[in-house]
Amino acid sequence: MAQQTSAGRRYVQTFISGFFVAVPVTVTILDKLAYVARVEGASMQPFLNPDAGAQSDVVLLNRWSVRNYQVQRGDIVSVVSPRNPKQKIIKRVIGLEGDFIRTLSYKNRYVRVPDGHLWIEGDHRGHSLDSNCFGPVSLGLLHGRASHIIWPLNRWQCIKPSLPPNREPLDAEEDDE
Amino acid sequence: MFRHMLGKTLGLLGYTIQYGCIAHCAFEYIGEFVVCSGPSMEPTIVNHDVVFSERMSRHLFKIEKGDIVIAKSPFDPQMNICKRVIGLEGDKICTSSPSDLFKTHTYVPMGHVWLEGDNLRNSTDSRNYGPIPYALIRGRVCWKVTHEFNFKKEPEGHRQGSL
Repeated sequence: MAQQTSAGRRYVQTFISGFFVAVPVTVTILDKLAYVARVEGASMQPFLNPDAGAQSDVVLLNRWSVRNYQVQRGDIVSVVSPRNPKQKIIKRVIGLEGDFIRTLSYKNRYVRVPDGHLWIEGDHRGHSLDSNCFGPVSLGLLHGRASHIIWPLNRWQCIKPSLPPNREPLDAEEDDE
Repeated sequence: MFRHMLGKTLGLLGYTIQYGCIAHCAFEYIGEFVVCSGPSMEPTIVNHDVVFSERMSRHLFKIEKGDIVIAKSPFDPQMNICKRVIGLEGDKICTSSPSDLFKTHTYVPMGHVWLEGDNLRNSTDSRNYGPIPYALIRGRVCWKVTHEFNFKKEPEGHRQGSL
């Protein structure tokens, strides 16, 4: 009887000590290193979720590379939605701070992206809730950079930054004449 | 000998990672001490005050009107600002100063908050840059570390009498 209780107690002790190691380490990895997320919706078609009815894509979000808020134009990033802080949205970075860009359906035709902000757009025009609706988003809302598509396996690929055609910033120093 | 050293180093590394992760979870989900600078929250919080900001209210979406919050600056994500929440989403905010003849109002959009410093004359806040998204809030200030040094010398006669 005594041996059983001591084995049971040892089991509980091991479980508790394992729990206190595993949970903080997992939480820290998810907060600081990498995150896996399923993409819902059609706002990034045809790059993500190309078949509407089939399985949603699952992407690997790199949180370490955005710890200093460094992103490039053309990166696919996940940000916390400015409209709903409980939701994260995944879009492409079109403009960085200081860029002068032409918008698609925003209240102003031309916008200079303010300091500390980003201009994000979904690839699927018209079906995307992005900066064309709510304006530039603050860099502090940046959550992660999508680095790989990891599911479905036949679409496994490394995501490279690429700007859609005609979405480059209008360079202020360029001489039009 | 070498294997013994390697074993010890790996053990130390393991402990460092484990306690580093526990520290990260504590700072991220429980709270942290913050040193405030600047005059925008006087007289509630003055320059060089140390406050404790708790993270649970922010993660559970329980920030209320009147709370003092620490938030990331909308123009520089690596800088923090400390202000009071004047309005939550949907609230009507009066944006004109008391001396204006015509009162102007604005409504705080969905998912945003309106922040103002207590020292209205010396504070850049939502009156300058508009409402900020809720997700920029880092924590709610719940306690201020006060240091009071009382040097009161008791009169000699009184002390002898109390014995």
